[in-house]
Amino acid sequence: MLVLLLLPILAAAAPLAEREVLDSGLTLLVASRRALPIVTVKVTVQAGSLWEPEGQAGLANLTALLLTRGTATRTAAQIDEAVDFMGASLSSTADRDSSEVDLTLLKKDLPAGLELLADVLIHPAFEEGEIARKVRELRAALRKRQEDPGEVASEAFNKLVFGSHPYGRPLEGTDASLAAITRDEIVKFYRDHYTPERAFVTVVGDVELKEITEQLRTLLGPWPKGKGTVEKAGEPKPLQEKIVVKKIDRSVAQANILLGHQGIRRDNPDFYALTVMNYILGGGGFSSRLVERIREEKGWAYDVHSYFYPGLERGAFQVGLQTKNETAGPAVEEVLRELRRIRDQGVTDQELADTKAYLTGSFSLRLDTNRKLAGLISTVEYYKLGLDYADRYPRLIEAVTREEALRVARTYLTPDRYVLVVVADQAKAALPY
Amino acid sequence: MRDGMRRAIATAWTVLLIILAQGLAGAQVTTRVKESVLENGLKVLLLEEHKAPVVTVHVWYRVGARNEQPGTTGLSHFLEHMMFKGTSKLGAGQFSKAVQKNGGRDNAFTSDDYTGYFETFASDRFELALGLEADRMRGLLLDPKEVESEKKVVMEERRLRTEDDPVSALREAMGAVAFGVHPYRQPVIGWMSDIAALTREDLVHHYNTYYVPNNAVLIVVGDFKSDEVLPKVQRLLGSIARSPEPPRVRAVEPEQRGERRLVLKKEAELPFVFMGYHVPDLKHPDNFALEVLAYILSGGKSARIYKSLVYEKQLALFAGGGYDRESIDPNLFPLYASVMPGKTPEEVERALTAEIERVKSEPVPDRELEKAKNQIEAGFLLGQDSVFNLARQLAEYEIVAGWRVWEAYLPGIRAVKAEDLQRVAKAYLTPDNRTVAVLVPTKAQK
Repeated sequence: MLVLLLLPILAAAAPLAEREVLDSGLTLLVASRRALPIVTVKVTVQAGSLWEPEGQAGLANLTALLLTRGTATRTAAQIDEAVDFMGASLSSTADRDSSEVDLTLLKKDLPAGLELLADVLIHPAFEEGEIARKVRELRAALRKRQEDPGEVASEAFNKLVFGSHPYGRPLEGTDASLAAITRDEIVKFYRDHYTPERAFVTVVGDVELKEITEQLRTLLGPWPKGKGTVEKAGEPKPLQEKIVVKKIDRSVAQANILLGHQGIRRDNPDFYALTVMNYILGGGGFSSRLVERIREEKGWAYDVHSYFYPGLERGAFQVGLQTKNETAGPAVEEVLRELRRIRDQGVTDQELADTKAYLTGSFSLRLDTNRKLAGLISTVEYYKLGLDYADRYPRLIEAVTREEALRVARTYLTPDRYVLVVVADQAKAALPY
Repeated sequence: MRDGMRRAIATAWTVLLIILAQGLAGAQVTTRVKESVLENGLKVLLLEEHKAPVVTVHVWYRVGARNEQPGTTGLSHFLEHMMFKGTSKLGAGQFSKAVQKNGGRDNAFTSDDYTGYFETFASDRFELALGLEADRMRGLLLDPKEVESEKKVVMEERRLRTEDDPVSALREAMGAVAFGVHPYRQPVIGWMSDIAALTREDLVHHYNTYYVPNNAVLIVVGDFKSDEVLPKVQRLLGSIARSPEPPRVRAVEPEQRGERRLVLKKEAELPFVFMGYHVPDLKHPDNFALEVLAYILSGGKSARIYKSLVYEKQLALFAGGGYDRESIDPNLFPLYASVMPGKTPEEVERALTAEIERVKSEPVPDRELEKAKNQIEAGFLLGQDSVFNLARQLAEYEIVAGWRVWEAYLPGIRAVKAEDLQRVAKAYLTPDNRTVAVLVPTKAQK
């Protein structure tokens, strides 16, 4: 009721960006910010690991990384030289849901930069020597990652929570899958997914709407359309067993602990209630219960947190912490106790009010640089949140009630069904299970 | 000999700087900074930036690992943690809660040279930060129970950051060998045995010595009006009494005469190589040439180290270097490389050294020099997009050399010539002046 009364007072802010769909199906999103002569351009493509064919783990990431490693008319070294000479940055990366090409540069270099960006998007060469080089690099990086107990824990956790679903494996793939990927597979993945209808371009910075639109229309006009729909992985299979414990033995000073299970999709309407509930549980830094209990009261950890990682499909819910081997067992017990407590008792009025005040009051901090704003616009477009998101977000958060926080805790937290991964010196950790 | 040369160069530089600075004055963000010093010695720097409705408030103290003694290392960092653990007015943990329930974000960091605290808010809330910072500047409780509890947290932080991270452990070991006398040899987080032995009395003494207005700087950057904020700063922070000046750090690292080497054996997958050369800090006129040289060697994928070691020779998974320029006392010019499977640390070390020798023997081509300068200029402008970053830069310059030194940065960079790069490479990047640290992975014991 109170919320409804407040609505007329909240003046509608401008949309986050101007949106236009070109004839080719390519969407443009432009936010003029003219305080500094700099520009950020982000191209987002539906080409994440969710679209990788069975048995080709790492293909999306490899394809994205190779975009800047040579085109029909430029070698990798020439691209690097051109980018560095402008003092710009150009990178291409894949994630589980999407891939991105990012360009940040001075306004005076925008024409040259856009030309380069269009070239890597439309004419990547996928030259054999560059593929071999990148594969060697990725295989070495996978090996180096074994040095990091947090990464080891994370890899094991995702595998157990998501099984053979793409969310269950490292983006980079595995040593064996990387070794087996062929150039033909890369070219096919690129042709199927890097098409204008599956992409959009976000521009934030010192640009004028009409001018930048015309520039992009000209440069990306020749980008050929795709040949129809492509297969994406479906839902991850739910966990079969009640409790899965994985202990990994390493000679480390600290146990790395991950506990959790599958969570929600980004389009789940409970996202906002979960955001509020999780902030109180373990997402709110020093305001969270997990930090209060495990760091402040017990002194057992420097970092303890929980989060939901929603995607196009159900992403994980996880609690993560690191503690000396000897306190690993008791720390897990405290985590479970807090999960049960929030499911049994919900949240207090004070917690709810403080959380809403933070989440709504800090929204402007999420868009105070060009890069952050481009990231937010891209997320809003990709997950169809609406360009009035900056207006709607505070209302959606304000509308969450204690009853709803309790309901989502009971629906989406399952302290009797979870995956627990502990990377530790197991003799010292001496876990009772 | 070297000293005489330095002086001569300094004179030429000064003339150049004055000429260049005049042409540039309008473009420099520093021309808009308003400085005041309160009666109690607190320095206040205000910079209005109205492009986004946010304000960031920073309070930095002129104390860090540099001010610590053997046996009590990690004291500054531990005190940073305790600054969130309660004052006579605000209970433990309430600081961050007060910030968050006003939609703000806060944190802190400790380095060799400083301890910095910040709060970032939507622009209608930021004044809260002034009161909170004023309260904990002199009102900290340092409750014995909280001290013991937080000590365990700091030890967990060290396990996380250093003990279980082989590259970070190697960096720490290199610092301890590269510096024999100066406290830069000590890790900011402190040695584990020192952290374990720190007492409440140590903290109280450190706090009373260094957390005084005349040893601090307040920086506010963002969407506010200076003439409205300054009276509030005066009211909230101006009443804190001035204290005796903290003791000066007197240690001076003697010139290194001969290469130092160390090996760290630790469970890891791939070897790693660090090389650190002693170099002057930004108060020395050679700093600009060293900064440009760092970009020639490591500014992006077209720079020499990446191109040679990672791309062409594939000796390293990643490699680069930098210049610890913003430092109160002279620090290091580190180079690093993660060794590819099948390659050796010796090959990597030779390749890194070869790039250093190439700078000495062949002048850097004009276009390459121009590229490095373009990168620095673009980076300077791109870095101004964030109010947090602006405040951080101002604070860092203020602590290490005075914030106005920042003004000399771009003009100094623009004036660097190819022969300067050769000269500084020959003067500082010599085998006798370096420490080489190698991580040798041991077989997993499990």
